[in-house]
Amino acid sequence: MRTDITQINEHTGHGQLTEGLMIFAGGTSKLFKTGEWRTNTPVFYEDKCKQCLLCTPVCPDSSIPVKDGIRGDFDYDHCKGCGICAKACPFGAIEMKEGVQ
Amino acid sequence: MAIKERMSGNEAVSYAIRQINPDVMPAFPITPSTEIPQMVSTYIANGEIDTEFIPVESEHSSMSAAIGAEAAGARSLTATSSAGLALMWEELLLAASNRLPIALALVNRTLSGPININCDHSDSMGARDTGWIQIYAENNQEAYDNFIQAYPIAEHESVHLPIMICQDGFITSHAVENIELIEDNYVKKFVGTYTPEEFLLNPSKPISVGPYSISSYAMEAKKNQEIALENAKAVILEVAKKFKKISGREYGLFEEYKTKDADYIMFIIGSAAGTAKQAVDELRTCGKKVGVLKLRVFRPFPAKEIANALKGCKAVAIMDRCESYNGNTGPLGSEVTSALFNNKVIIDTVNYIYGLAGRDFTVDETKAVFSELEDMVVNGKKIEQHKYIGLRK
Amino acid sequence: MNNGIEIRWHGRGGQGAKTAALLLADVAFKTGQNVQGFPEYGPERMGAPITAYNRISDSKIRVHSNIYTPDYVVVVDETLLSSVDVTSGLKKNGAIIINTPKSREEIAEKLEEYSGRIYTVDARKISEETLGKNFPNSPMLAAIVAVSGVMDRNTFIKEMRASYQHKFAKKPEVIDGNMKALEMAYDIVWSAVEGDKMSLSA
Repeated sequence: MRTDITQINEHTGHGQLTEGLMIFAGGTSKLFKTGEWRTNTPVFYEDKCKQCLLCTPVCPDSSIPVKDGIRGDFDYDHCKGCGICAKACPFGAIEMKEGVQ
Repeated sequence: MAIKERMSGNEAVSYAIRQINPDVMPAFPITPSTEIPQMVSTYIANGEIDTEFIPVESEHSSMSAAIGAEAAGARSLTATSSAGLALMWEELLLAASNRLPIALALVNRTLSGPININCDHSDSMGARDTGWIQIYAENNQEAYDNFIQAYPIAEHESVHLPIMICQDGFITSHAVENIELIEDNYVKKFVGTYTPEEFLLNPSKPISVGPYSISSYAMEAKKNQEIALENAKAVILEVAKKFKKISGREYGLFEEYKTKDADYIMFIIGSAAGTAKQAVDELRTCGKKVGVLKLRVFRPFPAKEIANALKGCKAVAIMDRCESYNGNTGPLGSEVTSALFNNKVIIDTVNYIYGLAGRDFTVDETKAVFSELEDMVVNGKKIEQHKYIGLRK
Repeated sequence: MNNGIEIRWHGRGGQGAKTAALLLADVAFKTGQNVQGFPEYGPERMGAPITAYNRISDSKIRVHSNIYTPDYVVVVDETLLSSVDVTSGLKKNGAIIINTPKSREEIAEKLEEYSGRIYTVDARKISEETLGKNFPNSPMLAAIVAVSGVMDRNTFIKEMRASYQHKFAKKPEVIDGNMKALEMAYDIVWSAVEGDKMSLSA
């Protein structure tokens, strides 16, 4: 019973589940798109951003991708809209907007 | 060639552990199983085995550490008794639900209160629904043999469940008796090395053990656990067959002693089965058709097989060394009668409670039970259905 | 058990009655017999009365209960006679062996309800003479072997020496004393047993 976790869902029969519901892979949280829980959405204003990167480490869901020292737009598949990044930004480059955007 | 020796039940189990040389043993001492971690520590100190011994601060910790070690990929075990097993309660269920083939050498002792150090089965019977395999021994020989068979059963790919090897506190754990040991190389070959397919300390293949499960998955997980326990039945028999090849000794789910033509059968577990067999031999010389069914494997419970083995007799005395406090029967009383009923075997049964907290159980008392069964069947005498043996009135 | 013997030991915690029962099982095992040696555990304290048991048989021993009708009783501490019913269930054709400086006649007065054989051995004196300390269990072990005849003197002495060499590997200086204690006790009791046989046949 060594099943590919992406093949398991709430319709999977008990015979296809793993022993002790063990997960035989690493980094599987990426597969769970928690972005659909979001009720408020951060919006990124690239023109105001100084690339200080204070926002990145405070994100609880690793939803602010950084590449070559430059942050990009939000990963909305996983961002739950908590708003911590908007509070952390000293330059008003992140604004929280109501609703799913 | 068998090695003829004499040793106590605790020595015998420790000897088996030395031969197996498991990877990790976390333990906390408690009477009457203290000698097991003590003797294993001595083997380690003498350099005879390289087991990692973890002296922990409680049994809650010893089972937790065994779970951690087993999940990490190490063959693990511990030993305990009574209150020690009770303190492991939460972890026992985790070991089983996480499908970890840990071995536990249990030396049966009553649970408080009144506080007492002697034998009954209230500790292991209390843990009967934790998902562990439970195998019981009549004497030091069986405790040794069962322990050698423990890992091949528990680690079998269709099982992957923890296993409790039980023996009666003091009665067998501290009694020196004759025993036949198997040479180290045969035992080592029989048990083999532990090579789990997946384990936590494998950086090239990360896994998660014991994740939170929402309701849409948990019930399926529990069913799978139940199936694995069912699977254990066939595996136990298969392992017993292989064990016979290295030992010459035969084991099944239970032992049928002179039951084939018996009118009256005593259904019993543990060391008292030997006493009962002696009584059967003596009664047989007087022409009484009596027998003993000694249960070896209590979990998984071989209900169908038991019903089949008992169906030819007139009455069964179901012997519980444990009170269930349900106002009806002891644990064996409940399980055996339900096995009979579900398999449409309708015979008379009487549930007896004996040997609580070290109360002795004798050949004469066994004979009295058989004569009571006969009196019930032949003369229609009404018998109390949940009767204490050796109780002062 | 059909053809074996059953022995009950009475002692006090710390005197080694349990050890003696296990040693007896040990030597009997070495002569090829089936054995059982087990203690009955109560409040284990220095000085508390304790009981230990032996079964020795040619056939496999299966019974796992205490012994209620012993063939032999060994009393390692004489003071137990006033508090414990040491002859309880003791078979008439069996015997009781008591560690005491008193004569068997004096002991018989105390055990007036028991009509079987009585042997006495001053284990304390023997132990103090041979070991310089009061370890009564070795002499009592020799005494029960002499009375019960579970093995002959040569076998017993040979096996006990091997056993002590193993047990006292780190203090070999006590081996000779222990062996001497065994031999003295055995010979004293053996001559009493032989004397009884003579008077019976006379």
